[in-house]
Amino acid sequence: MTKFSIVSLVRNALSHHEGWSAQWRSPEPKPAYDVVIVGAGGHGLATAYYLAKHHGVTNVAVLEKGWLGGGNTGRNTTIIRSNYLWEESAAIYEHSLKLWEGLSQELNYNVMLSQRGVLNLCHNTHDIQEGVRRVNANRLNGIDAEWLVPAQVKAFCPILNISPGARYPVEGATLQRRGGVARHDAVAWGFARGADARGVDIIQNCEVTGIDVEAGRVIGVRTTRGAIRAKQVAIVAAGHNSVVAQMAGLRLPIESHPLQALVSEPLKPVMPTVVMSNAVHVYVSQSDKGELVIGAGVDSFNSYGQRGGLHVIEDQMGAIIELFPIFSRLRMMRSWGGIVDVCPDASPIVAKTPVGGLYINGGWGTGGFKATPGSGWVFAHTIANDAPHPLNAAFTLERFSSGALIDEHGAAAVAH
Amino acid sequence: MLKIPCPWCGLRPETEFRNGGEAHIARPANPFAVTDAEWADYLFMRTNPKGWHRERWNHAQGCRRWFNAVRHTVSHEIAATYPMDAAQPPLPEHDGEG
Repeated sequence: MTKFSIVSLVRNALSHHEGWSAQWRSPEPKPAYDVVIVGAGGHGLATAYYLAKHHGVTNVAVLEKGWLGGGNTGRNTTIIRSNYLWEESAAIYEHSLKLWEGLSQELNYNVMLSQRGVLNLCHNTHDIQEGVRRVNANRLNGIDAEWLVPAQVKAFCPILNISPGARYPVEGATLQRRGGVARHDAVAWGFARGADARGVDIIQNCEVTGIDVEAGRVIGVRTTRGAIRAKQVAIVAAGHNSVVAQMAGLRLPIESHPLQALVSEPLKPVMPTVVMSNAVHVYVSQSDKGELVIGAGVDSFNSYGQRGGLHVIEDQMGAIIELFPIFSRLRMMRSWGGIVDVCPDASPIVAKTPVGGLYINGGWGTGGFKATPGSGWVFAHTIANDAPHPLNAAFTLERFSSGALIDEHGAAAVAH
Repeated sequence: MLKIPCPWCGLRPETEFRNGGEAHIARPANPFAVTDAEWADYLFMRTNPKGWHRERWNHAQGCRRWFNAVRHTVSHEIAATYPMDAAQPPLPEHDGEG
């Protein structure tokens, strides 16, 4: 693996940048692995990386039906925060945020983490009560959180319309200064490069078509590139988790929905932070290229179609223009849809399954990107030890029958 | 946006409707007689198919009646809608991708 540094940059500049090597191999699948990970998105690649790095498990294949990082990892609004209400969520998302803070050094790959702060707006009395409660809960959990009154919100993000007559009056906001955004593709590429360098095979254009189970234990997978035996199989297929789990006879409490996002034409820097609003369900930030990156809620119906309805975009744009009148003549450049796997309690499942040697990491809904490093970190631990880490011990499948749900709907600063 | 054929009002835009999730999930006749796992299956577990899906819709801003639909979750094609107490129409033979 070429180590990226100012020295390697200068050396390659002298040879007109024609000497850079490929960042990962494209190996043929071997007949058997210790661990097969289904899905080379951010979470799957992070799992492979931490399996190799922390647990010495390197006989690992990551199978991807398309290209790595080509699903939701490359299609999200890149927001990172850890201001969740409940202790279980706060712990896992804060662990992830701490990993983010050292990730560029860890991976020798610039993930362009920008801790520009995340504002969660409050528009009415209930929002204020919920926001202040969440700030207090965050602080008790050691997570940075502040309550801002409207004048402070205006000072932090001057282009927000805080006039009392606004359609969505801003009556306050919570602020997590350590929140922000990162470069989504770079996270997948950095983890892929790090995992590959430690011997992990990343196999693209290889769709899993079946999971073989014998006497209650997984023994391998069937793919479009032949059968692969495996001692352990980990499902990290995001929107397609139900489809893959069904191959092993598992039913999940998950439904797949389209989630759309869109970007504007590029502007000079106007948006100093990330602004989210739960009540009107819209969120916006500005990328380093100058485009506004805007997201909203999911379409209501189940879908694997990677597209949603225009009326959802219309609603979110209406809200954006009320909150930021300065954007009223801005043109939108492109929109896209991804498929997110939503759990009934808006919390993920990172756990063992009733099938021996089969693990699942999913149900992250609309908020999985921020969890990428933390999710891979705890999932690698779960696979290597065949037991969860304390940080993901609560995120089981069994919580749906025991009743120990982690209800982050509406509690998690924005519902997802 | 989907155009949904309400069995009573005809073809109407999606914004008039509310999606009610998977159809034909029967509440256990005696909730006290089922295990926690069976109750969880009723409450939370879903088929979530990639393909034809039987689902409930409510014409919230029209006739306000509930009905079921057979819709494809990739192409979004709606093959049939039918009253909630009607017999289930068979799933279409084509794969819905076209």
